[in-house]
Formats: sequence, structure tokens, C-alpha cells
Amino acid sequence: MLLKRIIPCLDVDRGRVVKGVQYIDHVDAGDPVEVARMYDEQGADEVTFLDITASHEERRTIFDVVTRTAETVFMPLTVGGGVRTLQDIRDLLNAGADKVSIMTAAVNNPDLVGEAAAKIGSANLVLAIDARRVAGTAASGTPRWEVCTHGGRRATGIDAVEWARRMAQAGAGEILLTSMDGDGTKAGYDLELVRTISDAVTIPVIASGGAGSAEDMAAALDDGPHGGHAQAALAASIFHFKETTVPKVKRRLLELGIPVRPPECKSSCS
Amino acid sequence: MNRKLHIALVDYGAGNLRSVAKALLRSGMETEVTSDPETLRAADAIVLPGVGAFADAVKSLRARHFDEALCEAIRIGKPYLGFCLGLQMLFEESDEHGRSRGLGIFKGRVERFPSFGASGAPLRVPHIGWNEVCFDGAHPLLAKMPQRDFFYFVHSYRAMPMDARLVVGRTDYDGEFTSAVAHENVFAVQFHPEKSQLAGKRVLDAFAGWIQKC
Repeated sequence: MLLKRIIPCLDVDRGRVVKGVQYIDHVDAGDPVEVARMYDEQGADEVTFLDITASHEERRTIFDVVTRTAETVFMPLTVGGGVRTLQDIRDLLNAGADKVSIMTAAVNNPDLVGEAAAKIGSANLVLAIDARRVAGTAASGTPRWEVCTHGGRRATGIDAVEWARRMAQAGAGEILLTSMDGDGTKAGYDLELVRTISDAVTIPVIASGGAGSAEDMAAALDDGPHGGHAQAALAASIFHFKETTVPKVKRRLLELGIPVRPPECKSSCS
Repeated sequence: MNRKLHIALVDYGAGNLRSVAKALLRSGMETEVTSDPETLRAADAIVLPGVGAFADAVKSLRARHFDEALCEAIRIGKPYLGFCLGLQMLFEESDEHGRSRGLGIFKGRVERFPSFGASGAPLRVPHIGWNEVCFDGAHPLLAKMPQRDFFYFVHSYRAMPMDARLVVGRTDYDGEFTSAVAHENVFAVQFHPEKSQLAGKRVLDAFAGWIQKC
């Protein structure tokens, strides 16, 4: 049986972790490679780097980070942020990323996902969707969400559920779905959003945005009628600020009946 | 005292091999990343990792004449370890992006997961994440491995061997599929040991121990 995944996510700016990772005693908490190594030792199922480097000149910094991480950790690495072209995707895979996530580039050029899937296969291609609730309801009676870009500042007018379906059809291998309403709030995932998109597509969905606890993750991963039906849960703040660890979250998820890989880690992690 | 072995890690231009090389090194296997089929002749063992799409990978192997060198090396009994596409390419043919011919070492095809699982529910494809492999069979490599373990998978296609005796690993994804095959000097897995943390290391440790005896 395929297990549900727990994925810590790091925001990386010019090669350094941002949103201060506060808890690590003897590790350079600003170095994404060191932080990824620690999550690897904790038994995280994957790790995701989101490159938020604004300056074009400094965008190459992510390649060095990806290369060093791929040489250091023994778990899958997804990289996203600022990926514009098929060549960018190739360059990141060649640097050592296992999966590459695209968002704005797909909005600007909806053919990109199909082209990339034909060249590199769907399995390594993640479509990121930032979604925000809008007024009104869909025909099915569910709320509506709109795709946005630029960290939620720019609305596209595209319906998020339709967009997810269309991109899955075009060849995206996975959807990284972030609720912009929930992001950073720690008030829980937008379960209606996660469930609606998960049920609309037959590719895996990673829930993101709003995780405050293991219970929130359990809700997003739950396949019952009130759950989010997601295949993976991504979180940043709760891991970075020493509120919890991957093994603690997993033990709690197992108690709650969510099938995750039991913690198996060195004595240094708890 | 282990003798030092020369292990060829086949680079067919499909992606990054550093993490594979690092994982092999962690299990005591120093590798030479090679895009020259000649080096296979001198190698004690061969590792074929898998990245990208089947047709491109086979085309790239053929363009470099790796296909003949690989078949020859396998025929004369060199230990072979394949991951993901390195398993799929051992078979005769794949459906990925139209039909493409594989190396044909084993009889059978590589087909996409069906749209619906055995339960009748829609199946999410690709199969991405950690799933359990149940190992079973008489192959000596299995003696040093746990009977079951969780590994990282990322694939849309899976091999369907004609000869059930090849199958030494089975995995359930709303229906069973072949996640490991072995025959004499060949051992290949659908998952990624290099991405499977300690479970991956256990498989690579077993392979390292086995090739010492070959």
C-alpha cells in the first residue's frame, strides 16, 4: 500500500534558508544542505526547496545548493520557484533535483507542461498551484478558488479546479497545491480546496498552506468524507521553529490511523 | 578483507548520477561513471540507474552502443544492478510514448499502470512515494535483505515479466505489481535505493556483499 508522505519545505533566497530555522544546535541553520540533511536523518519522505531569489543575476545560486544537497541526502528532492523554461527544468534535474515544480511559467504558457512531459516524462514534473478563495460557488455547490501568482498578489482569473484538471491531462505528474488563504496562518489546510482538487484529478496531490499541527496534516491526508484526500502534506513553519519534528508528527499520524512510513532514524533525532 | 572492485555506473546522458554514485559509495562501492561501453568489459559489476523516459533512454544507450556491451556483459555473468528504467529496459518492449524496444534480456513488456485499480477505484498515476516491497525467492542476494521494507518509487510504467520465476519483489498499488526481478547475475528493482534512506542502504549493502562473492 502506498503510504502518505510528509514533506518539509525550505524557502531559499540566494542560496540561504529564509524564515529563520531556529532550532538546530550544531548545524548551520542557514545552509539548505545542512537543513535537508537533518530532515533526511529524521526520516522525512521528501524535501522541497522553493527558490525565492528575486534577483536574476543570483538565480544560479540554487544550482549549487541542489548539487550539494543531492550529494548529501538519500531522499527525493523537489525544487521549484522561478522555473521558466524547459531548459530550466533540465538544468535543475541535471543538477540533481528529482522533481521540478513549475507555476507561473505554466500560467504564462499552458503548453509548457505538455512539452516538458513529452521530453522528460510526467513523473518528475510537478505543477504548483497557488489558490485563493473567491466569492460565489461552483455549479457543484462547492466554493470557488482562483489561481494566483506572485505570492498571491496577482490574480489570474483561472478557476483552480479546472486548471488542475487541464494540467493533469496535459501531463503534470503531481500537483503541489497551496492555499494562499491558509499559508503561514497555521490555522489548518483548506480541506475543501484540497479535497475538491484531489477528487478532480488522478495524479497525486500535495497539500500545502496552513499546517499548524500533526492533526492538521492528518486531516489533509484523511481519505474519509471530511478529509482532504491528499497523498502528501507539505509544511514549513512547524518543522523549522522546533515546534515538532518529523518523527513526532509521524508517530501522531500513525496514532490517528494515517498510513505513513514509521520513523526509522538515528539516535540523534527524536 | 574485501577486494576492491571496479564498478561501472552507466551514464547514458539522461540525468544526474551523483546521488546514485554517493549511495553506492555509502555501501562501500566505488564506481566509475562511464559513457564508454568499452569500460564495461573491464568492469567487475555494472549499475544501470534510471532517469527519464524509456524510449529516450534506450535510444541513448543504442547511440553509444551500450546495448550490445550490456547484453554481452550480462551474458558472460557480470553482476548487474538496475534501478527503475534499469529494470524496465531489461524487457522486450515498452508502451511509453509509443512502442519502443528494450534490451530483451527477459521476456515481457513494460506497460502503464491501468486507469483503475483492482478495487475498481481510479488509480493515481504516476505511482509516487514510499511503498512496501515484499521480497521472496531463492536468489542468494535476498538472503542478506529484510523480507519486507519501504522504498521510494516514482514511475508510471511497470514491467510485466512473462516468467513469474523472475519476480523476487512484489508491491501492492491497488493490485500487485513487480517491484524487483532477479535471475543469476541480474538484480533489478523498480524503486530508487539511492533515494530510500536506510532501506535503500540495506539493498545496496546486500548487493555489495553479493558481488564480492561473484
